[in-house]
Amino acid sequence: MTGQNGDHHAKFRAFGNGSRKNEERVVRKDWAKMKAWDAIVIGGGHNGLVNACYLQRAGLDVLVVEKNDWVGGAATSRELTPGFLYSNCSYVCSLFRPEIMRDLELPRFGLQVISYEGGAVFTRDGDYLANYRDHDAHRREFARFSKRDAEAYDRYARDVTRQCRFIQPLLMRTAPDPTSLRPRDLGELLYLGKKFAGLSAQEMALTLRFWTMSISEFLDEYFETDVIKANFALSGIIGTALGPMSPGTAYVLLHHYMGEVDGSVGAWGYARGGMGAVTKALAASFKASGGTIRIGAEVDHVLVQRGKAKGVVLAGGEEIYGKLVVSNADVKRTFLKLVEEKELPDIFLRRVKNFKIRGSSGKVNIALDSLPEFPALPKDSPVYRGDMHFTDSMERMERAYDDWKAGRWSADPFLDMVIPTTLDPTMAPPGKHFMSCFVQYAPPKVNGREWTDADRDGFAESVIAQIAEYSPGFRDRIVHMEVRTPREIEAEVGLTEGNIFQGELTFDQLLFNRPVPGYAQYRSPLSGLYMCGSSTHPGGGVMGAPGRNAAAEILRDLAKSTSHMSPAHDVI
Amino acid sequence: MAQATRKKPVAKIAGAAVSTRIAAQSHFRTLRLGTPLQPRIDALAKTQDWYNWAGYRAPHSLWDEELEYFAIRSQAALFDISPMTKYRIEGPDAEALLNRVTLRDVTKLKSGRVHYTAWCDDEGFVLDDGTLFRLSPSHFRLCSQERHLPWLLDSAVGFDVIVEEETEAVAGLALQGPTSFAVLRDAGFAGVEKLKIFDLADFPHDGGTVTVSRTGFTGDLGYELFVPADKALSLWDRLMTSGEPRGIRAIGYTALNRARLEAGLIVANADFTTAEHAIRADRLRMPDEIGLGFMIDLEKGHFNGRRAILEARAKRKLRYVLVGLEIEGNIPAEHAIVYHRKAQEVGLVSAAMWSPMAKRNIAIASLARPYGDTMVEDLWVEIYAMRELQYQKLMKRAKVVARPFIKLDRRTANPPADF
Amino acid sequence: MTSFDAIVIGGGHNGLVAAATLAKAGRKVLVLEAGSEVGGAARTEEFAPGFRASSIAHLLNRLHPDVVKTLELEKHGLQFGRADFMPSVALSKDGPPLVLHGAYGEVLTGASSSEQSAWKELRAQLLRYAGILKPFLSRRPPDLTGMSLLETASLGQTALALKKLGKEDMRDFLRVLLMNVADLLDEQLADIRLKGLLAFDATLGSHLGPRSPTSLLGLYYRLAGETGGAAGAQVLPQGGMGAVVAAIRASVEKVGVTIRTSTPVAKIIVEKGRAVGVALDNGEVLRASTIVSAINPATTFLDLVGPREIDTGFVRKVKNIRMKGDAAKLNLALDRPPQFSGVDAAGHRSRLVIAPSPDHVERAFNPCKYGEFSPEPVMEITLPSLADPSLAPVGACVLSAVVQYAPYQLKEGWDAGKPKFLKAVMAQLESHAPGIGKSVVHAELLTPADIETRYRMPGGHWHHGELQADQMLVSRPVSGWSGYDTPVEGLFLAGAGSHPGGGVSGAPGLNAARRIIAMKG
Repeated sequence: MTGQNGDHHAKFRAFGNGSRKNEERVVRKDWAKMKAWDAIVIGGGHNGLVNACYLQRAGLDVLVVEKNDWVGGAATSRELTPGFLYSNCSYVCSLFRPEIMRDLELPRFGLQVISYEGGAVFTRDGDYLANYRDHDAHRREFARFSKRDAEAYDRYARDVTRQCRFIQPLLMRTAPDPTSLRPRDLGELLYLGKKFAGLSAQEMALTLRFWTMSISEFLDEYFETDVIKANFALSGIIGTALGPMSPGTAYVLLHHYMGEVDGSVGAWGYARGGMGAVTKALAASFKASGGTIRIGAEVDHVLVQRGKAKGVVLAGGEEIYGKLVVSNADVKRTFLKLVEEKELPDIFLRRVKNFKIRGSSGKVNIALDSLPEFPALPKDSPVYRGDMHFTDSMERMERAYDDWKAGRWSADPFLDMVIPTTLDPTMAPPGKHFMSCFVQYAPPKVNGREWTDADRDGFAESVIAQIAEYSPGFRDRIVHMEVRTPREIEAEVGLTEGNIFQGELTFDQLLFNRPVPGYAQYRSPLSGLYMCGSSTHPGGGVMGAPGRNAAAEILRDLAKSTSHMSPAHDVI
Repeated sequence: MAQATRKKPVAKIAGAAVSTRIAAQSHFRTLRLGTPLQPRIDALAKTQDWYNWAGYRAPHSLWDEELEYFAIRSQAALFDISPMTKYRIEGPDAEALLNRVTLRDVTKLKSGRVHYTAWCDDEGFVLDDGTLFRLSPSHFRLCSQERHLPWLLDSAVGFDVIVEEETEAVAGLALQGPTSFAVLRDAGFAGVEKLKIFDLADFPHDGGTVTVSRTGFTGDLGYELFVPADKALSLWDRLMTSGEPRGIRAIGYTALNRARLEAGLIVANADFTTAEHAIRADRLRMPDEIGLGFMIDLEKGHFNGRRAILEARAKRKLRYVLVGLEIEGNIPAEHAIVYHRKAQEVGLVSAAMWSPMAKRNIAIASLARPYGDTMVEDLWVEIYAMRELQYQKLMKRAKVVARPFIKLDRRTANPPADF
Repeated sequence: MTSFDAIVIGGGHNGLVAAATLAKAGRKVLVLEAGSEVGGAARTEEFAPGFRASSIAHLLNRLHPDVVKTLELEKHGLQFGRADFMPSVALSKDGPPLVLHGAYGEVLTGASSSEQSAWKELRAQLLRYAGILKPFLSRRPPDLTGMSLLETASLGQTALALKKLGKEDMRDFLRVLLMNVADLLDEQLADIRLKGLLAFDATLGSHLGPRSPTSLLGLYYRLAGETGGAAGAQVLPQGGMGAVVAAIRASVEKVGVTIRTSTPVAKIIVEKGRAVGVALDNGEVLRASTIVSAINPATTFLDLVGPREIDTGFVRKVKNIRMKGDAAKLNLALDRPPQFSGVDAAGHRSRLVIAPSPDHVERAFNPCKYGEFSPEPVMEITLPSLADPSLAPVGACVLSAVVQYAPYQLKEGWDAGKPKFLKAVMAQLESHAPGIGKSVVHAELLTPADIETRYRMPGGHWHHGELQADQMLVSRPVSGWSGYDTPVEGLFLAGAGSHPGGGVSGAPGLNAARRIIAMKG
């Protein structure tokens, strides 16, 4: 056990079987000789890998420990049935920051993102409302339902774009601490203030309201048609334990809009080869710059000595030392499971316990032996290559949320359904398809008790039944199906309650409140222990910004250069 | 299974409205629509040089953009303006509504007249400019570049009026050029000679009616004709037939754009950014900032933006001015930066050309006040002329001049000249 | 004909406060009230022979101290001491009630000792945070685009007050500001009766459930109010809310304000962008250089001014003000006092709240999102005749309750829905006060639709606009025009639709008058 710097082979060796006692002996004996990594990143999700990449490229010797036998966290592609790759958690890509793709040379390591072609909401009267990429087709499509709404879209797009332009630059910055008098925080506050003051009076007013309005009320100010509102409202609820009528959901919509595909802000795309392509490229980039990954290495706890993180202890008892530890896990898992309570200040613990991570969604991943048909949708419609939904009214969407509040999965769920194989033939055998259904709402517990397998089947049935209503014969096309309730997501990915954003995106948990007040700058009360997951600013989605921003803070603490990190792209 | 699945059956039987809606689905197959005149234009489109005009396939040019321009100035040119956004505003309160929405005094617009106008939001920023046709005391047609249905409908709250978008239902044709009057007369539009500039009248056509106005976007003698979409082709044929001896030609937008620049006319979202499309707050413009201050009628009663406009004028908050420039040399200065004393950036040229009619190098530019307003000396434009993959950078003196750059007596002559 | 400097439209409490304040500053003021008496929704009215009750507002908990002082209301009989503070009782079907004594629970009884200390801590925290927001009540919302020195200074004071909280408290303040009330309660309390009561109070009068983000603001709003110098205290004035209005009216008349009742205004006359007078329903025209509208902002602009005199964007904003009420008022004439289970005599003189848990309140809220009423409504109940026998015949009793959720736009229509809703309300009452149903002599249920008609409150909304984060402060009544002045020169707003909002506070009226005086209007 005397791995040397640079001996990567040794690092990959399965350590692990020695008893804890043995390890301790080793520690005592060979403390000086023990390999201490410069940094250990707990969790090989996209943010953990982004963080590890940046640290490694800054000259640190970084180890990523991942509990699963594969990396990727919630951005994976898994062959769960022969020939089919499943993007079995996250399924579309837009938020991932292009600055990071470029810094970490992800295209060189195989990442390719393909824009997709809009989508549609099926209506119960046998029609659908499509979103087309072409501006005029988009207008004409809306005009089928309402001429007024068709012409209202430009103003809506303008106002949302203005908000995105305000928020986007904040993604790649550390949130200021409003209680601090440090020049840096004051500077950041000033920056925020200046950005705000730079808005016109109209924009300021809109910004203030935007952060607190429900998406339903916001849309009411632009559109009159229910299905058109439902079409936009879905971005206000995805990943959130709120209904479209809950205040604060307008901001959630923004969170989904501020992504881009190659400069096309708000566009969404598929990662070629599934979402695992993102983390695969990250892992490859990391290894190419000399980083080390250990898979099948679940961290039992963080090793803490005298208030300082010293490394991690794996489930098997193996101790790995590091000068610092970065956790990609959510803030609850990190501080309530991986660190002993006694090591943490009460007020911090209280706030971590109060952090809201709410399981609200599930996933049904399906392998199909042929492309499903939707009689309402012409066979040559581009919508097959976009995202499809069946929730055509605000009331249905909100009622789906009422079920969640009552501790049930939605009887009439909201589905975000995509068939990536229509644009990415690598994910299934020719002519066959992979379909991803993101489902809301699914509670973390059913009527207060744990999910059972029967519950899971019932949940899946609610999804399949909905699709089958619009696609006769759908059931017969199913080759294989993976059903993921919050229980499965938590068990496999390690996300508390299976929450995809590692914490609600409500105002009390954004910016300097994320994850908890006083620790919104990626540091923790323990020196040497950092956070880099979606629990931190700016939040969830396959964005990479938390991982990057955390790396910047760590390097600052180490007084290392961050010249290898691109600043946020200009918003002009 | 702990729960039952709530059934939401897909309704199989759809009402008439639904089937009409479903029937309209197929538009996704044609991203650029044809106008009612498309068969004729397609037949003449030798260059196949198209652009997207509000979702329609419109010609940049049909056979030769230079010669198409000269057709406007020398013979008669036919240009399809069907894609222009059109609203029908009709009812007892139509005049009152438009008076509240637009800048000019609509009570002064007599039935059978047209005026060029603009409208603003609450902050006094221009939403668009356009032409307002008073077809009868209570019936108006508003034509514009952008779309404004929500704005017009929200403005109509409390007014007894119908606002309806009629872009697709009504086809439009611009017949412009010195022989345009003769073409119309020969086509049998009896009495068309009585139309003075900005007059309009209805004429029978093909069992229906065509509205002819003595208006246009060229600064030349010319007319615009509006007709129900199903009569558009026969109208085209009627004009082409009667115009043949006088050299009538169909033209594309490039030629028209040159003519309009000579006439000193501005184009929304080319020479200024309309308020509903301006993402950046500093791109918004008040009428006084784009040369439309003359429209503002402070005596007529309340209109949208009045308060803000008054305040901007009183507090000297106007930041820009739109000017005509004459630039030395003959290289068009399109999108060139304007400098004061060759050093300080003061504005941008939005449209420029060598004017064949004026034999001057002309441009429209937007300058930051006081430049172009009280400071008009020592202005320069920096022209980046790309020649064989190299920019030739030219610093040329620019002089603020009055618009229009050309003034043609035949445009307003009464009776119109028979060329 | 007498000429006036200022005409106040609407003789509700805010109109009267504005009128008095202006008159004290030397203006000649005329108040025009459409109804037969002043007081708006804060009156005492006979709803059955011999039975009288407060119209809508039935408790006093936020009359602003500046209003009391400016109008010298104590001299006019409005004076409250600690003895007047009314407790709140959280009723429980299956156990003893829980009682908040004094000013919003200075003492809590009926709860475990650990809950008592948790409550003590939470109460202190809530009052501390509400205290930060309190100064905003009596100020114009800041003008974001061009802040005056004074405004900057007062915001600076807020920053200072925040700093004074200390770092950790300030952090918590910033975290919880826009939170939902249910989460905060779950973080700090255990007793669902107490949580239910607080959840009810936070959402009373708004279209929110306790799980709706920002719902905590409702509780702050309540606690930013004070009575007799005690934050959160509530009293039931002798003679009902009409007594409060009577005191205000006396003060108003003393400073020489002219009041004309039964005088509905048909139109605000605008000439060249300036309000110059009003036209009455009967055609009479009254001119004044300052017009103050203390009625609903939508009514003011869409009906009285008319959209022609204002910009389209402003019309849009006004039309977008959400003001569809969810609260109904129940007045019961009972032939004998009811007996609520487990509640003692003193308890019956308290505010009785049926809101068994936050979840219950949330479930009650759900249907109103879809235009349906709560099958198991939540409510606050007072029995005013117990303390003031003049309100009911001897031996009889008046029950006055505010009930949620009863959406203004009931899908099936209130004609069909009202009897059903009354049945649901009575069932809820019966389960807490067995036998009450049999003692009902007369029942008057005012749905938001009724409230709209009777009190000229569009949507039947007490606040004249939802009091939610996006309709508060600089966004109240609409963004860009939150400072009581309006796009129409010489026309000011002074009603609950303006900052800080509704409840019998008089603050909008006072702030508006101060603004007018400052502008020398």
